[in-house]
Amino acid sequence: MGTLKAFLSILLRDWMMGLGLLLLLGILFMAATATVFFPNPPETMIGPPLQWPGQYPGALLGTDGLGRDILSGLFYGARISLLVGFASVAVAMVFGVIVGALAGYYGGWVDMLLMRLTELFQTIPQFMLAIVVVAVLGASIQVIILSLAIVSWPAIARLVRGEFLVLREKQYVQGCIVVGMSDPRIIFLQILPNAMSGVTVMSTIMIATAILMESALSFLGFGDPNVMSWGSMIGLGKNNLRDAWYIMTIPGIALLVTALALNMVGDGLNDYLNPRLRSQRGSR
Amino acid sequence: MKPIRRRVPWAFLARRVLYGVLAILAIAVINFFLLQLAPGDAAEALAGQAGTADPQYIAQLRAQFGLDQPLWHQLWAFIVRLATLDLGYSYVFNEQVSVLIFQRMPATLMLMGTALTIAVAGGIVLGVTAARFANRWPDRLISLGALLLYGTPPYWIGLMMILVFAVMLGWTPTSGMENVLAFNTGWDRVVDIAHHLILPAAAQSIFYLAIYIRLVRAGMLEILSLDFIRVARAKGISERRLSYRHALRNAVLPLVTIVGTNVGNFLGGAVLTETVFSWPGVGRLMFDAMFQRDLNLLLSILVLSSTFVIIANLVVDLLYAIINPTVELK
Repeated sequence: MGTLKAFLSILLRDWMMGLGLLLLLGILFMAATATVFFPNPPETMIGPPLQWPGQYPGALLGTDGLGRDILSGLFYGARISLLVGFASVAVAMVFGVIVGALAGYYGGWVDMLLMRLTELFQTIPQFMLAIVVVAVLGASIQVIILSLAIVSWPAIARLVRGEFLVLREKQYVQGCIVVGMSDPRIIFLQILPNAMSGVTVMSTIMIATAILMESALSFLGFGDPNVMSWGSMIGLGKNNLRDAWYIMTIPGIALLVTALALNMVGDGLNDYLNPRLRSQRGSR
Repeated sequence: MKPIRRRVPWAFLARRVLYGVLAILAIAVINFFLLQLAPGDAAEALAGQAGTADPQYIAQLRAQFGLDQPLWHQLWAFIVRLATLDLGYSYVFNEQVSVLIFQRMPATLMLMGTALTIAVAGGIVLGVTAARFANRWPDRLISLGALLLYGTPPYWIGLMMILVFAVMLGWTPTSGMENVLAFNTGWDRVVDIAHHLILPAAAQSIFYLAIYIRLVRAGMLEILSLDFIRVARAKGISERRLSYRHALRNAVLPLVTIVGTNVGNFLGGAVLTETVFSWPGVGRLMFDAMFQRDLNLLLSILVLSSTFVIIANLVVDLLYAIINPTVELK
């Protein structure tokens, strides 16, 4: 319980993290209740096109160029953003942790080989690689998740490797080796839990980056054509930049709020999990 | 004081160049197999783009690309083509791929060069200011701004800037690189291009600025707490000089790494901005290649940008050794 109490006290002290969590809960709520508030799919025409927010009673935030409810799109888009963000980072984490743990634990030629592979993937510009994977495999939610995982795992692998390099020299690990514990047990049950704090912080911020990248792919028109996402809403709204700029402004604000909330939570987690470190930020 | 003389690290350079060549080779191989995963083969895709399904034409294309050969032969042919800088022909744009790319390169270099310059200058000034006034209102304002910018989709910033500055205020053109109908020459043309450049460069620089401010601020806070700063302060050196002359030099190393990464990545960074602003550069070309499924052009740009990343990484390592002579090149 001590942990929970400490966590709550941090939350009270660090209002930014509290606000971030609150905003995140709001987005989660939107994703969870999309079908409750909007039983019709977001592609449904519900009224005349290009109604400004407040102008048409059936659509609180107005309608887009095809008469679709923007608020409904916002709710359904939250699902896509969160799904893609969390799923791609989860896949990247599994792969990155395995690669980083093996490289850091075994060292030597295993390390050399795996790190060269990691560097190779970091050499290809992230967004370009994601675009090409989507271009080659076809635009669907699964492929987009895969493509974002492919560009995200190297950073996690490098972080985990660094932690493992330090932790494997600790006495408790030497003790585990001496008592004959198997390597997988040492890696996953003894060292990994101690290496997870940095990974947690990094993955929170990576979810934000993944969400922004998904929206960028959808914005360019390379998203899954069968789902409504915030990025594709902005992409369509771009055509009405002059006469109906609210169409692209509203989903943009939703994206900003989501990414901001995740960054605020990440910064807060960093202060909580690594009190001695100042907030660190990876490169893009 | 005598400047520290370094010998040119030939062994380091040779090793890194060799490694770079191997890395490009590996990336080319990965790309090659990625291309194999695409539905249909390149010949069908190209024939589709050319608007025919003529089996004779497809067979001719297959033979031309060596697609009727075993996979390993194809891989070898691909590598040989790459090594001789023959990137192939784009049937979509009716032009050699290398010509297409290098025609568009100056526009991208201009855009990204301007954006990075603005971002580095702004990042240093704002980051140093934030660190000097740590936890007071200038810092809170700058840090909040940086956090906001960090969370904003960069392409959306571009759209909003078009909306405000071009559509509402009418200060700048909405898109493009120059007013081609005006047939400007000489100085008029320079002014016209600069006028078109302002908005995309500003939008692109904002994306970098958010990262740079945070980085410079964190680095400065760390350095400003060290003993040598206290000594310098005790000597009566002004706070401004202290920040920019004494602390910044030591705080700037992480910035060099990130700027280096961004410089190497400049083609990847340009895709969104160039698309939003219809800027006729390589990023826009990549978007078009993707849209028209010109996979060969797409992969050529990918290999090329990876090459830039490798070169930039090498330059950053060398710069590191120049800025901080205690760094050993391994």
